Amino acid sequence: MDMPIDTHDADNRLPDDVRESLQKAEAVAQHQMRNRQRLAIFWRFAILILILAGWELAATLHWIDPFFYSKPSLIAKQIYDWWADGTSQGPLWLQLAVTLEETLIGFFIGGIAGIICGILLGRNQFLADIFSVYIKVANSIPRVVLGSVFVIALGLGIASKVALAVVMVFFVVFGNAFQGVREADRYMIANAQILGASKRQVTTQVVIPSALSWILASLHVSFGFALVGAVVGEFLGARVGIGLLIATAQGAFNASGVFAAMIVLGIMAFLADYILTIIEGRLLKWRPAQFENG
Amino acid sequence: MADDSSTPAIELDHVSCRFISADGKATLALQDFSMTVERGQFCAVVGPTGCGKSTTLSLITGLLKPTTGRVRVMGQPVDGIDPRIGFVFQNDAIFPWRNVIDNVSAGPLFRGQKPARAREMAGAWLHRVGLGGFEQHYSHQLSGGMRKRVSLAQTFVNSPEILLMDEPFSALDMQTRTVMQDELLQLWAESGSSVVFVTHDLEEAIALADKVIVLTSRPATVKKIYDIELPRPRVMPGVRYEDRFITYARSIWDDLRAEVKID
Repeated sequence: MDMPIDTHDADNRLPDDVRESLQKAEAVAQHQMRNRQRLAIFWRFAILILILAGWELAATLHWIDPFFYSKPSLIAKQIYDWWADGTSQGPLWLQLAVTLEETLIGFFIGGIAGIICGILLGRNQFLADIFSVYIKVANSIPRVVLGSVFVIALGLGIASKVALAVVMVFFVVFGNAFQGVREADRYMIANAQILGASKRQVTTQVVIPSALSWILASLHVSFGFALVGAVVGEFLGARVGIGLLIATAQGAFNASGVFAAMIVLGIMAFLADYILTIIEGRLLKWRPAQFENG
Repeated sequence: MADDSSTPAIELDHVSCRFISADGKATLALQDFSMTVERGQFCAVVGPTGCGKSTTLSLITGLLKPTTGRVRVMGQPVDGIDPRIGFVFQNDAIFPWRNVIDNVSAGPLFRGQKPARAREMAGAWLHRVGLGGFEQHYSHQLSGGMRKRVSLAQTFVNSPEILLMDEPFSALDMQTRTVMQDELLQLWAESGSSVVFVTHDLEEAIALADKVIVLTSRPATVKKIYDIELPRPRVMPGVRYEDRFITYARSIWDDLRAEVKID
């Protein structure tokens, strides 16, 4: 960490014995911090193993009915079977690829449209006054219901799922972009104007960067929403995809299949979140470190 | 061309300024307010909190239009933001997503300089304000005094003929403030610009300025104008202990006391 004041510089003026004891204290503290971190990681895995083992045990001893609640070994076997022999709808990777495609297209269209509309409305008070009430209403409607409309109108193909994912994503990103633009510091805007920035430069160089942390925060949440949109869309009517896999498993009373599909989706969402976090860290490297760890 | 050097740098001529707040209420910030700042003069404006000191600066920059009266900068009426003006804000107005060098080069870039030249100018100014070696730091890695130096470099790199300062040092601790006042006087002496320095700290006003304008409480008008005849160059803590300084401080405080209301 490059701090403005190097404390070790000042230490050099201290007598040797004082400096030594400081260094000793530092070493002890760092050792303790490392130990604490290792302990935390140990407990993370320990808890996971405890839960899985408890579930397996409870299902095997019939404390809970494995027919309804499945058990980890059956779920693992189901994923392996799908992987090795393919699902009833074709290979597993194809289901994943289709769902991921719908999610990503919906995420990008909804995200970009949300950012653009949020910035436009955020920069224009009058438009904001007119549209804010509609945005609030649209936000409070359970938008998943629109999935049925999209399946009717756009059919069983990819379009209806993308449309639902777009609708799910758009309002989240829009709301955050709008808020982020409105919160841009007015002294910073005045400063840029006096330094010579044109209206466009104020938007691109001051308003958008300052709204960026809001927008990026919303992208984390909205990737999850895009995934929900795609899966629910498939659930409501599709020929391929993880959502259909879940619907088929449900129809066959195959609890292991539902859990297995859920875990596959979970891994996908986790990886996407990881990638978004890396991108966010790059774009917001100017922020103090304590916010990046969150 | 009206821009000959005989006209004052800044003239406010019987200006009044009315605000309409967001909930539709009107308040009068300035009433029948006149002041002039000669070229190269350092003018301080003191007044009670919330009286409308900052409004005078917004009028000069053109961020705000007067309700009645006229504002002229370098002999010309103010119409929009004048590129000859530089402004230092009370709060941090530097951009936290840009590092130090990109903050300082922002002005030249906005004004159409080539990137390489803008960085060169910015680097030179960073050295002048004692921040050489901190080019790549972000604002959260700097102390309050260092951030203020970035603001000064960011403003001075545009070589403003008119420098407006809105309580620039009020958020700093006592020691840092004294050092910054010294550095400001040096930068000003080298630049020859005309300064309007708004502050609530009357000792700061006397120590820095050629002319101190004392305002009444809201709606603000000029209560009294003092010409500060302390010799330059002034060295910062020392000047405060001179007899004449104390005389000025006493009589300005007497003027101000009548205007300060606790409510």
